[in-house]
Amino acid sequence: MRIDTSAIGSALPLPTSNSLSSHLKGARFKDFLFGKFILFNAILAVSTIFLIGLYIGKEALPVFYDDEIRKEASLDNLFAPQNYGTEEMPLPFIWQPVGEVPKYSVFPLFLGTLKVTIIALLFGAPLAIGAAIYTAEFAKHWVREIVKPVVELLAGIPSVVLGFLALVVLASWIQDLFGFDYRLNAVTAGIAMALAIIPIIYTVSEDALTAVPRTYREASLALGVAPWKMAISVVLPAATPGIFAALVLGFGRAMGETMVVLMASGNAAVTSLKLTDSVRTIAATIAAELGEVVFRSPHYHVLFFLGAMLFSLTFLLNMLGEYFVARLKRKLMGH
Amino acid sequence: MKSRCSAAILLALLLCWSFRILAQNKPITIKGSDTMVLLGQRWAEVYMKKNPGSRIQITGGGSGTGIAALINGTTDICESSRPMKDKEKDQVKARRNTEVKEIPVAVDGLAIYLNSVNPIRELTLDQIKGIYTGRITNWKDLGGKEGKIIAYSRENNSGTYAYFKEHVLDKADFHPAIQTLPGTSAVTNAVAKDLKSIGYGGIAYAKGIHHAMVKKDAGSPAVEPSMENVLSATYPLSRFLYWCTAGEPSGEARKLVDWVLGAEGQRLVQEVGYYPLPKSTTSPATAVKASDARKKK
Repeated sequence: MRIDTSAIGSALPLPTSNSLSSHLKGARFKDFLFGKFILFNAILAVSTIFLIGLYIGKEALPVFYDDEIRKEASLDNLFAPQNYGTEEMPLPFIWQPVGEVPKYSVFPLFLGTLKVTIIALLFGAPLAIGAAIYTAEFAKHWVREIVKPVVELLAGIPSVVLGFLALVVLASWIQDLFGFDYRLNAVTAGIAMALAIIPIIYTVSEDALTAVPRTYREASLALGVAPWKMAISVVLPAATPGIFAALVLGFGRAMGETMVVLMASGNAAVTSLKLTDSVRTIAATIAAELGEVVFRSPHYHVLFFLGAMLFSLTFLLNMLGEYFVARLKRKLMGH
Repeated sequence: MKSRCSAAILLALLLCWSFRILAQNKPITIKGSDTMVLLGQRWAEVYMKKNPGSRIQITGGGSGTGIAALINGTTDICESSRPMKDKEKDQVKARRNTEVKEIPVAVDGLAIYLNSVNPIRELTLDQIKGIYTGRITNWKDLGGKEGKIIAYSRENNSGTYAYFKEHVLDKADFHPAIQTLPGTSAVTNAVAKDLKSIGYGGIAYAKGIHHAMVKKDAGSPAVEPSMENVLSATYPLSRFLYWCTAGEPSGEARKLVDWVLGAEGQRLVQEVGYYPLPKSTTSPATAVKASDARKKK
């Protein structure tokens, strides 16, 4: 961007020597105010995150110490296998908080979250990284100018819309193609969720790839390396920490994604490793149940406990992502 | 002069305001069934618009919560999607010194959804229970074509879920593989798309699906969930929704109850998606009799 300096010069009234000091003083005061205003915003943002964490933690803690709540939902009930079924069909892990005997095994929920997230990454990551390599290395300038904003626009589609699309259209396609027993299952939800995480993986990877210095490319081209070979074995390895950051951020986004899975996964809390079974994720459980739960009941605190786990997990993953981005920068700057 | 004038205006305003406060002083509190919260809110909205100055507070929490509040005297009207137990009635009598008045205010029915190409047309209550507790997993066992049964349920915060669990499953747990979907429209949509599926929910939903005829047990006739069958209680999955009060409702509450049982209140029932009371039972006394008859069935 070029700045027309002459225009600025003419727009400012030339201060006379007398008004110069007061003019400066006013400017300095405005500077001061603006600085404080920015600082206030920063503090507000940070303290909001901090307070959210604090509140979720506070509501989750009774699971650890409140005897009344631990009677129904102690850590033992949450994590250890229980004997809920009959003898011929023992069911050690059941999530069924409403019933004669409330059952709060969180294991199927964690398993379900992991299943959907991994499927989403398996589908989304190759697509997103492939698209990033294409736009960063091969695409003509005008193609890149179209593709990049459009993929990033995908992030603006509300996830409830993606979920509805999955429920109504995608699920039928997938069932027609593969004939799974369950129409709504982890694969369907995972593919729909892949659409939600492609933009974030794409953007971060693309930035990492374009950040690789020209000198790398010039050197390899000078050695007679084919462009595709250069992309795969020079540029991609150089950008690895960035790609990794993209994957971690995508993973974190997928874990917290709610509406897509709520609509498309069938929400049955089964404990199975089969990918074509229906799954219930932590985020979908919270969304579905917190609205009507009895205030301060064991169920309520267990849901907050789940929220706290999810919060800390995604928090850690985001921190990990930031760390890798920082590492990429250091690496490419040659430190 | 000017200041005295404005002081007088101020005083008048203050008087008006305090009268308003006085008039609004005592809101009618309604508490209970989550199934009925929407219905209650719709009633309250329209009633308050029609009768400025009246105030109604609606809260959910479940029928049990509402009945507890009625016993403790912290609510005027308790919304309940089940008749009160004798023990609860005795508690009200002991604490509040009056008899409980149970007033049916609407009728609710539950349909069993099947995909429209599913050849199965009728199911017994026990078969439905078997499907949802995981005892029956193949359509073959019900006389249909070979194929896994895909059962859809509602989320566990739903009143329909609670009703189904109590009346169809006899309080047994749902099998973990039962899929839950947010909202009846999501259930009907899934059933309409999935040939091997079954679901349950309000009778008003019928697009792309058919409602199974339900048999109370193997020997009894299969009943279609039509409005007449639901209202005459021949369809086994129907219930009254109640308003309960400690003693005959009086004053503002009486007016509200009469309005709810009247033509306009009952029209709103249909708008929200339930069935209005059958014509013969719109007077509270006969309605109570009808509900007693239903309980004995």
